[in-house]
Formats: sequence, C-alpha cells, structure tokens
Amino acid sequence: MKKLLFLALLIAGFMTACQQNSEPVETAQAAVNVTPGEKEDNTKAVATAVAIKTPGYAVGDKAEDFKLKNIDGSMVSMADYKDAKGFVVVFTCNSCPYAVRYEDRLIELNKVTSAKGYPVIAVNPNDPDVKPADSFEKMIVRAEEKGFDFPYLFDDGQKVYPKFGATKTPHVFLLSKDLTVEYIGAIDNSPNDPSNVTEKYVENAIAALDKGEKPDPSLTKAIGCSVKTKK
Amino acid sequence: MKLRINSLRTSVLLLLLITSVACAQTSESSQKKASAKTSALPIHKEFSSLESLLNRTNDTIYVVNFWATWCKPCVKELPYFEELHNTFASKKVKVLLVSLDFPDQIQTKLVPFLHDKQLKSDVHVLTDGDMNSWIPQVNKDWSGAIPATLVYNKTQRAFYEQSFDSFEDLTKIIKPFLTEKK
Repeated sequence: MKKLLFLALLIAGFMTACQQNSEPVETAQAAVNVTPGEKEDNTKAVATAVAIKTPGYAVGDKAEDFKLKNIDGSMVSMADYKDAKGFVVVFTCNSCPYAVRYEDRLIELNKVTSAKGYPVIAVNPNDPDVKPADSFEKMIVRAEEKGFDFPYLFDDGQKVYPKFGATKTPHVFLLSKDLTVEYIGAIDNSPNDPSNVTEKYVENAIAALDKGEKPDPSLTKAIGCSVKTKK
Repeated sequence: MKLRINSLRTSVLLLLLITSVACAQTSESSQKKASAKTSALPIHKEFSSLESLLNRTNDTIYVVNFWATWCKPCVKELPYFEELHNTFASKKVKVLLVSLDFPDQIQTKLVPFLHDKQLKSDVHVLTDGDMNSWIPQVNKDWSGAIPATLVYNKTQRAFYEQSFDSFEDLTKIIKPFLTEKK
C-alpha cells in the first residue's frame, strides 16, 4: 500500500513539472510586463497628422439607399422593407477571421433586432479579384453552411461601401427608418471571444432608439480586416 | 484481493508511463519554441502596459505597425518594415511590430510564424479584448482596420490606416521625421 502512495505522489510531481514548462509564453508575459513607472510623459503637445481621413457617413448623416444582388439572386434595397423601423447594415465577408467569429452572433443579432423591426442586411464589400474567398459564388456557399436567414448582398463594383465609409469587416451602420445613421461601429465589446461580451452595442443602440433616445455610444471601434480593393 | 491490488498497481504504473511520455513531448516542443527566441515574446493583456512604447520622448523615430498573422496585406508588407528597420537603424529609426493575433492563436499561429520568419524588428503582442477603449488611444480616427501604422517621435505623430506597396512607399512616411531631425 505504501508503494502505491509513493507512486501516486510521483505522478503528481511529474504532472506539476509538466505544467510548469508547457507554457513558455505565459511565463514570458509575467517577465516582460511593463511597469507603469516606466511610462513617459505623453501630455506634451504633439502635432498629430492623420494620413487617411476616411470619407463616408458620420452619425446623424442621411444614408443613400442601395440596390444590391442578394445570394438568392434577387435585388435588395432598404426601400423594400415597408414595415421596418430601421436597418442593421453590416459590412462583412467570408474571409476575415473577425467576420467569421461574428457569424453566429450575427445570426442571433438578426433574430433579436428583426423582432424589434430592425432587420440585419449583410453586405460583402470586398473585391473578389483581390480576395477570391469573397466571390459571389463563395458567399452563397458560406451563407448556406451557416444558415444565414438575412440578406447577404454583394457590393458588385464596390460602389456602396465607400459611400458608407466602411473601412473593414465587420463594420456596422445602424440606420433609422428615414435612413439616418444612428450608430457606427462594432456589434459588441468583445470581438475575440463571445463569452466575454458585456456590452451589446447594436442591441443597446436599438433599445435607445425605441425609447426615443440617441444611442450612447454612437460610435465604437474594433479591430477588423481592411476592405479589399485593387490599388 | 491480491489480484485487485495487482491490477491497481499495473494501472498506476501505466498512468505514470503515459504521464511521462506526455511530459517529454511537451518539454520538447517548448524547447523548440524557446530556441525561436519567442520565450521573450512580450504579451500585453492590457493596452496600458503597451502604451508607454507608443509615447517615448527620446531622439528616436518609432514606426509602430499593427498587424496579425491572419491579415494577408499585413504579412505582405512585413518585409518592408524589416527593410526599414535594417536600413535606417543608424538614423535612429526603430520598428515595433504589434501583433493583434487572437489570444487563442498565439501558440498555434504567431509563435510558429515568428520562428519561421526570424524577424529582426521588435515584436510585441497586444491581446486587450476591450478594443473600443484602446483603439482611440492609438489614434482617435482609427476605425480599427489593419494593417495600420503609427510613426512618431517626441514632437510629431502620423497615423496611416492603410497598407504599403513597397519599401519606397513606406520610407515616404518617415521622410518628414528625418528632415525635421537634421
């Protein structure tokens, strides 16, 4: 019996040793954590230059309707939705890992927002010559795989996304019925990990509109893939 | 009874064997990673720990590129940043590559990528998931699309939400900083 106990202890020891050297990056993390004291004074006035000022809609602007081809072959405009109270226009695509991480959340979002009168309309802004995975044919395949129950439109010729000023996928523009832009940005506050979401920006924005209030925040930022265009 | 103890002993031995094999495999792979110099890969879980690297006030020009291994245009332009690092090192130009790879892909994608490319520029990883709080701190007009590049020294800053097509294209963005310095 004593022998057994010894063996068990030996195994425990082994496992601990194993754990200790299995995560070199985690260990490095602790070592390199930059101390706050190292932070230099950055309050000095510095000239800021922004090379690319993206044109496009700002919150409060009125958007222009579009007419784009859906994956089912039909042409879709916002004007087709007679009973909608507004629209969740999402620029997204097949190929961007962030867009992919949002696919399931987009399906859920549409369920919630459609019920409130704000259907999701997804638009792929990418040039398939640059990104073959985002071709119209591949959009049909992906939508079927995931079971998209909202329109997935192709911005053929890339005429629509520049008007909105979409710069990346995913990029959301929440519009009211008269196509006033009410909110621009991310779907929620945790693009990396759905389990860490604590703020559902788009749903909150719609709740604010329903109360007759302005969304706050009305502009949020998230990392995404740049819209793919020929240079 | 005797039989039971025997089988128990056998299973414990077996477990021990399995554990040590698994352990050997892990340490072998971590040795590989360590040789890739990635044991020093700094990972910033919060933007606040990276922030000082974007606000230094010495005589160096810093070129900070935000990228990820999953971002094709980012990977395509990395060689230009490496060339910039090599060419202008004597003129006090320093390149900092900030990887925005997914936290769950650092070991599986980023570490092997860095091992493969052997980049000369400094690589830091930022995994702060609360993007809306830190993106505007890098630049208030940045939508969050990558690649994106910040150039700064102690007196001026410029931000480019775009990719660069060539080394020449990239060097243009540091020219104003070089002439200013004299």
